[in-house]
Amino acid sequence: MQLAYYPGCTIKASARQHEQAALAILRALGVELREMAEWNCCGVVHTLTSANLIRHMAPVRVLARLRQQGAHEVVTLCDMCFNTLARANLLARQQPEQFAAISASTDSELRYDGDASVLHLLQVLRDRVGLAALRARVRRPLRELRVYPYYGCKLLRPSTVGIDDPETPTLLRDLLEALGATVIEGHLQSRCCGAYQAVDQPGLVAERVTATAAQARAGGAEAIVLSCPLCHFNFDTLQPRNGAPLPVFYYTQMIGLAFGLEPEELGLEARQIDQLPPLRQRDRAQAKGGAA
Amino acid sequence: MSMTIRADSQANELLQTVEALSGQRLAACYQCGTCAATCPFVAAMDLPPDRLIQQLRFGLPGVLERRAFWVCVGCDSCAERCPRAIAVPRVMEALRLIAIRERGDRLAVAQLPAATLRDLPPIALVASLRRNTG
Repeated sequence: MQLAYYPGCTIKASARQHEQAALAILRALGVELREMAEWNCCGVVHTLTSANLIRHMAPVRVLARLRQQGAHEVVTLCDMCFNTLARANLLARQQPEQFAAISASTDSELRYDGDASVLHLLQVLRDRVGLAALRARVRRPLRELRVYPYYGCKLLRPSTVGIDDPETPTLLRDLLEALGATVIEGHLQSRCCGAYQAVDQPGLVAERVTATAAQARAGGAEAIVLSCPLCHFNFDTLQPRNGAPLPVFYYTQMIGLAFGLEPEELGLEARQIDQLPPLRQRDRAQAKGGAA
Repeated sequence: MSMTIRADSQANELLQTVEALSGQRLAACYQCGTCAATCPFVAAMDLPPDRLIQQLRFGLPGVLERRAFWVCVGCDSCAERCPRAIAVPRVMEALRLIAIRERGDRLAVAQLPAATLRDLPPIALVASLRRNTG
């Protein structure tokens, strides 16, 4: 299976490990992501007013370029990019007159009529690869590892573009259970972490991240598993430093570990594996077994 | 102290501008408070979303001086649950835009030390810039 791939800025900056892990697990599953040419920043947030049409230019340009390059669908790993591209796509279908205005401002160089599909990698894994195929590829099940899946906002809302039920999502749970992990859940899994307020009002983010990590810990979780690079940054940097913060992993890294890939192929350092006692013990047992 | 409350939306210029920019009709709100009960950041708001809408409808003074709409990040939790299908984040964005047009951009990014800027993911910086500039 080959799919066009839109990385976005953050995947190439602070979330390179997510891309590395994604490409490694997809190779193992026989899926090839082909990075599209001439991609630009998606704009990150969907413009919510009828003014500032120009701010739809960034995602429109990505979608127009995609069609010019002969692709009908595009996959992204980043939840913010997914949400912004998918909402721009919806707008192109529902309010084509707005897009005609944008197109006219580019001397019709960027024509786009909403006929592409925007996919999140989680949709590809669930709907194209299938969780059964994922389970069949597991070589080292994550037995006894207790994880708290965190969805955040952009995978789920608005429901017009969300990839799972906005109130009771199950996708990450189903995926992590397919890997053999024990899943700890709670109502804060789909409550916003504060997103870009990490820039303007980090105290707001710290409060949300602390409450969510506390819920995960109270349920016995040893790690938080998520998808969004901004949620990852917030959980990684804004958990309280008194007491050990819960380690944060991308779901792609968890899949890779369960597939038996090496941590360095997944952008993981040895110290990060050390934060997961069941995996550490398993690795030690295997090392002993190998030596005997 | 007395205060004049007008329910006459014709004379309420701010309400009209918010409705035009957001595409939302605030008369539909029946003040159930679901948005306030749902919002993860309501504790940091100086006025919960339902009361902000009510003050806007009545044309009360001081709405644009509120902090509430700068706190909203548009997580859409309230929009998903609103029984009147009002997209509250669009109302918040309209208020931000009007405030920015009156008073200029808010550039928290410009105040940050270089080391912090380097650490922040690009999606955080671009989102912050887009929500705080007109």
